[in-house]
Amino acid sequence: MDEWSKFLQQLINGLSQGSIYALIALGYTMVYGVLRFINFAHGDVFMIGAYMGLYFHRWLEPVFGKVPGPLGACVILLLSMVFCGILGIVIEFLAYRPLRARPRLIVLITAIGVSLFLEYFCQLQWVFGPNRQPFPDLVKTQTLHGLGNVTVKNTQLIVVGVTILLLLGLHFIVMKTRMGLAMRALSVNPTAAQLMGVNTNVVISFTFGLGSMLAAAAGIFSSMLYQQVQPFMGVTAGTKAFVAAVLGGIGNIPGAALGGMLIGIVETMVVAYSSLIGISSGYRDAVAFVILILILILKPSGLLGKATREKV
Amino acid sequence: MRPSHILLVLGLIGSGILSFMAPNIDDYAITVITLAGINIILAVSLNLVNGHTGQFSLGHAGFMAVGAYVSSSFSIHAGPALLKTLGGATAWSTNVTFLGALLLGGIGAAFVGLLVGFPSLRLRGDYLAIVTLGFGEIIRVVIQNTDAVGGPRGLNLIPPYTNLFWTFGLAVVTIYVIGSLVDSTYGRGFLAVRDDETAAEAMGINTTKYKVLAFVLGAFFAGIAGGLYAHYITYITPEGFNFMKSVDVVVMVILGGMGSTVGVTVAAILLTILNEFLREFEQYRMVVFALLLIVMMILRPQGLLGGLRMPRRRPKPAAPTIAT
Amino acid sequence: MGRLLTLKEISIQFGGLKAVSDFDFHIDEGELVGLIGPNGAGKTTVFNMITGVYAPTSGEIEFDGQRVHKQRAYQITSRGIARTFQNIRLFDSMSVFDNVRCAANMHLAHGIVHSLLRGPKFFKQETEIEKSVRELLAIFNLERHSELPCRSLPYGDQRRLEIVRALATRPKLLLLDEPAAGMNPTEKVDLMKLIRFTQEKFKLAVLLVEHDMKVVMGICNRINVLEYGRKIAEGTPAEIQANPKVIAAYLGEEVKN
Repeated sequence: MDEWSKFLQQLINGLSQGSIYALIALGYTMVYGVLRFINFAHGDVFMIGAYMGLYFHRWLEPVFGKVPGPLGACVILLLSMVFCGILGIVIEFLAYRPLRARPRLIVLITAIGVSLFLEYFCQLQWVFGPNRQPFPDLVKTQTLHGLGNVTVKNTQLIVVGVTILLLLGLHFIVMKTRMGLAMRALSVNPTAAQLMGVNTNVVISFTFGLGSMLAAAAGIFSSMLYQQVQPFMGVTAGTKAFVAAVLGGIGNIPGAALGGMLIGIVETMVVAYSSLIGISSGYRDAVAFVILILILILKPSGLLGKATREKV
Repeated sequence: MRPSHILLVLGLIGSGILSFMAPNIDDYAITVITLAGINIILAVSLNLVNGHTGQFSLGHAGFMAVGAYVSSSFSIHAGPALLKTLGGATAWSTNVTFLGALLLGGIGAAFVGLLVGFPSLRLRGDYLAIVTLGFGEIIRVVIQNTDAVGGPRGLNLIPPYTNLFWTFGLAVVTIYVIGSLVDSTYGRGFLAVRDDETAAEAMGINTTKYKVLAFVLGAFFAGIAGGLYAHYITYITPEGFNFMKSVDVVVMVILGGMGSTVGVTVAAILLTILNEFLREFEQYRMVVFALLLIVMMILRPQGLLGGLRMPRRRPKPAAPTIAT
Repeated sequence: MGRLLTLKEISIQFGGLKAVSDFDFHIDEGELVGLIGPNGAGKTTVFNMITGVYAPTSGEIEFDGQRVHKQRAYQITSRGIARTFQNIRLFDSMSVFDNVRCAANMHLAHGIVHSLLRGPKFFKQETEIEKSVRELLAIFNLERHSELPCRSLPYGDQRRLEIVRALATRPKLLLLDEPAAGMNPTEKVDLMKLIRFTQEKFKLAVLLVEHDMKVVMGICNRINVLEYGRKIAEGTPAEIQANPKVIAAYLGEEVKN
């Protein structure tokens, strides 16, 4: 395969992986925007979304058959998203709301606790079980051949395409609806927002629900691409997505999407060209962390964020 | 001779007695005591960083890993030669070799702590936590990709030098060092950095020095703990020093009350015992831990001995808002 | 009397906002100088530049013959400038005693090694520190509260404690940031006495930022007035009270005698 084809191929791989990171990163960034807190457990909602895809597929097999096709896939996707949206709201209500007034460190530790609880609970034998399971095909997978020797799986195109749709939908919600306005108001000035009649609790719940829905979608997409699920799949994906959110500027929605895509692409490229760079491809997981450290040293407010000062 | 000196000597004598009695103690009990000792060192050293200096670090397992691997590599590769020069494998020469290995492990870890400490200087709270998590993971990934120390397959055949004397003795030393350091006027600097960095700087305290020192010292002792651990179970893998291990230590520190050396020591012992009880239900262990964390944060965030007063909610450093 | 602190054409810019412009300023040994101005005039910003919290975008600061505007806060403190804060910033988790003890850190002859080994030199040093901290607290009538958590003190005592803590760094210049905030008239009179007493006893120069005109006019030798980051007047209390620019800047505020 010539160099250009290889590059394009990796670019596409990177974009599809990046889409997944982007969707998860949005949840982190929105919650940080309204609550100033990193929801450590967000990556595990991603994992649960993937598993719900698995289960809904299984339960709806009588209706949609073994390979559900586009309509069935959409139904399964929507069901997972709704389930996880509700899960996100429940988690916020039970674990984070009681701690709303406490120092952020306490909430962070609680979030770690929630994350661990979700992971280890789900890996219990009678829940999801600790082993990885294959994820069924939701649509008939085809390999498409494009310019040069570039091969693309239709699932990759679906992932990128639907992600773009979801991003547009999110943009619409945040910019053009009253709820979106309330979210933005809350993130700028919580006190003023409340004085203007914004119901903080409702907006926060909504934000959690929305972010969790996107994470669920990411979970299904990831499972479509890699065709397997396991209870700890949220750990690496979640942390890298958080890095993506920071990269784009935490609290900044387009930034999260941008950051996600960038990390997906850089990660894929580093692995693809690892021999050229002189490192082993096993360093794949370290790429995101290195980017994180660099960005926090060089431009902590992120690519699209604005630098702010602490008032002394 | 001051009270602190006396306690130290008593502790060391105690460990001597303990190791003397070792052959008469049940094997299982020895395991628990050894693990408890190692956990004490881990918890007290992390407490210096998280509790006393207020730098929330989630990467302690990384320092432990460095200590484990460096000390083990020394024992395996340089050990035999050193033993020979010291006149064969006597009790004395073995212990000297072990001490050398442990110190090298500690120093290696301290050096990494220096590397981690510097970028962390400008970061607070959540960000610092994630960056330290990242460093811990980077260390693990690096070890995993280093075939010279076994890569993902791990390092085997580590000489079993660890015994009750070393474990208990080093635990006592760690408690003494960190406890008395924080108690001194010099050591109050750590607490000042935790309470209010700006005010601390205004009072002439070099916050950079203290933050980096906390990381370096914390890492050093974590490295020692890693060395003890490696020479106890004689087989280590990078997976054994992952984020979950860091979380284990963090739970001990939180349970014990961040900032209370006595509290975290007790918590380390309790959690080691709890671990052993739950070993049959390995699956449920982390579930229980996780719930414990959540419940504690909601009900009693100051831990067992409440070393850290619940700080008032300070005006947060302004962060970027949902921009579009 | 020697010139202690000089600010030469100090400016600082935050993004698009120039918070302080071309500010010239000086304090001599033993002077009590006031810095006043309407809200947002840049007074605390000037403080923060002097103490090294912010670095000025242009201009120079000289203290005791040394250029200090590029140094870090703790280095500036070691040169002899100490401060208090607008919203009291004590070390919340520590006792009254320990709060002051922290400030002794700068002057430790024996550092980490001795603190670890705990030899005779260490204990001698610790005893000396304890003695001097207790003496300092006693001067300000806080010694009896030594072991209490600092937050349990009444507000006025906390303010005094902050001053004591600053004094423990053995400064030549003391910066007080709105020390009268939140005090009733009686407390303010006590504060004025306290500041004069502190100045005389410890032979300090004092720079005072304050909103309460009674306090400022009552104790300052000289006053600088800032508006929108620029100096609009400088002089004795009498001169300032009569200055039309100052009156205009305060629009409607009664400047009492």
